[in-house]
Amino acid sequence: MQEQDLAPPVALPTLSHAARRRQLKEKAIAALITAVAFTGIAALVLILVFVAKEALTLVTDAAAREEASFSKMFLPQMVRKGKPLGYVWQPVSNVPKVSMIPLFIGTLKTTAVSMLVAVPLGIFGALFAAEFAPRRLREVLKPTIELLAGIPSVVLGFFALMVMASFLQETFGFTSRLNAVVAGLGLALAIVPVIFTVTEDALTAVPRSYREASLALGATPWETAWKVVLPAAAPGILAACVLGFGRAIGETMIVLMASGNAAIVSWNLGDSVRSLSATIAAEMGEVVVGSPHYALLFFIGVELFLFTFVLNLLAGMWTKKVIQRLKGGAG
Amino acid sequence: MKKTLLSGFVAFGLAVLPLTAQAGTVTVKGSDTMVILAQRWAEAFMKKNPATKIQVTGGGSGTGLAALQNGTTDIAMSSREIKEAEAAKIRARNNAPPTALSVAKDGVTFYVNETNKVEALTVEQLKAIYLGDTTNWKDVGGQDAPIVPYSRENSSGTYVFVKDHVLGGEDFAPEAQTLPGTAAVVNAVAKEKNGIGYGGAAYGKGIKELKVKKGHEAIAPSAENVKSGKYPLSRDLFFYLGKAPSGEVKAFIDFALSAEGQAIVTQVGYFPVK
Repeated sequence: MQEQDLAPPVALPTLSHAARRRQLKEKAIAALITAVAFTGIAALVLILVFVAKEALTLVTDAAAREEASFSKMFLPQMVRKGKPLGYVWQPVSNVPKVSMIPLFIGTLKTTAVSMLVAVPLGIFGALFAAEFAPRRLREVLKPTIELLAGIPSVVLGFFALMVMASFLQETFGFTSRLNAVVAGLGLALAIVPVIFTVTEDALTAVPRSYREASLALGATPWETAWKVVLPAAAPGILAACVLGFGRAIGETMIVLMASGNAAIVSWNLGDSVRSLSATIAAEMGEVVVGSPHYALLFFIGVELFLFTFVLNLLAGMWTKKVIQRLKGGAG
Repeated sequence: MKKTLLSGFVAFGLAVLPLTAQAGTVTVKGSDTMVILAQRWAEAFMKKNPATKIQVTGGGSGTGLAALQNGTTDIAMSSREIKEAEAAKIRARNNAPPTALSVAKDGVTFYVNETNKVEALTVEQLKAIYLGDTTNWKDVGGQDAPIVPYSRENSSGTYVFVKDHVLGGEDFAPEAQTLPGTAAVVNAVAKEKNGIGYGGAAYGKGIKELKVKKGHEAIAPSAENVKSGKYPLSRDLFFYLGKAPSGEVKAFIDFALSAEGQAIVTQVGYFPVK
């Protein structure tokens, strides 16, 4: 109605019967697609609302507030009589200790190890595939690495647990067989294909004219790849790293199997670690629905979501800046 | 073509529906220690009573007892006694206290690597190791090497048993690595020469079982010692029910406690209650 009021009174061309039917069909299809899209968004929102609602018990419920207050989560607590204050995750103890610090450190350690390995490996692999590999090799290389992405994470975790753990312990002499390095390397196996694929796509999307201009100015292929193609693809590569980071921080099975799951506060990569996601997986089975421990696990879920969300936001902002700079440079 | 296929599906559905509706399903959930045992019982029972379906799933004693509180299982398997808070929830839900039945006995065994010189430890020494007070094998008569303790996830009944009966209710040292399932612990100790772990007796293969020292006597977790209660770390394996058993649930429990059911307990590697 409103549209008719605003629009100038132009006589609509009369449509034939067939044309009108086609128009109706178009509209129906458009409505269907919109409905499907919104179902997806609604599902996402509902999941978030559910997780947040369960975690909210920590604030609304008096017993939960007592057992898992924010000071107990983030400040040092009494662990045992006669021992210094510390950060301990023991939610099923007689006196529940719910420090998030060892879990943060554990997640950070495994994620750092995996990113340290996977980012250079993924980016240089993609650079090789996109710029230097002969066509034949590239056609084999790409699907092979992408196949790695299809390996279920339990299988990677099992491999890390049974094969890599013993090998790494013999090589580096770790005190505990399962530690941040084993879990991080297992995670890296899962992340490399993610970073590789997205980076490779970003590199091949760089216009040919950039390379030709660079080579015409006398730059070697390596200089072209390193100083022209790589910076031009920077936003895409950053997106690849963020995607990899999101996978690393949320990946559960590999960490659950290969990290040893000991919530220790230590920066030694050879020590066992317990990550946020593995804690949810390991303890969700046992909690009583509605208990403070249950709410705590959902709170961990919220934290994981916030981490990836904030990182995505920052990366998005940075990407925008880079794209603007590239555009400015070009114009 | 399509129509015949569809009507075929409908006919199939109609034929199957009454069958599944008639057959009762008993769900059994909980302790990973007891999964093999309950599975064997279920198989033997279903062979005799094909109309009844017994579904056995693991997940840990806490999982089973939580499922009982949430009303999603008929029988909860548990390798520990029910906690007061858990019992209260069930009482509130069903207006009746939970029923506990001891269906088998088990000796919680501590394992070390085959190459470890240590043969027996006292309960106090085990406690000191798991509290993190003793951290070197030389302090308990072994070689000079750090102790790498393995524990179970806190959803495990064995975890709670060790916490109550070895640690006296205190918390495990944070350094204790937690692994999902006794098999994982056994595997870890078999590969880690300074490792120590614990679990049910049925899993004790490929590693050395520690004897428990009491005074001058070292007691092995053998059948006689567990059954007689001489082994200090023997425990009951329980079935918990929301209310008094009836119908198919009762028939299954009766079978588990029968001579035939208890023979299966011995076969699996645990110890009969009768």
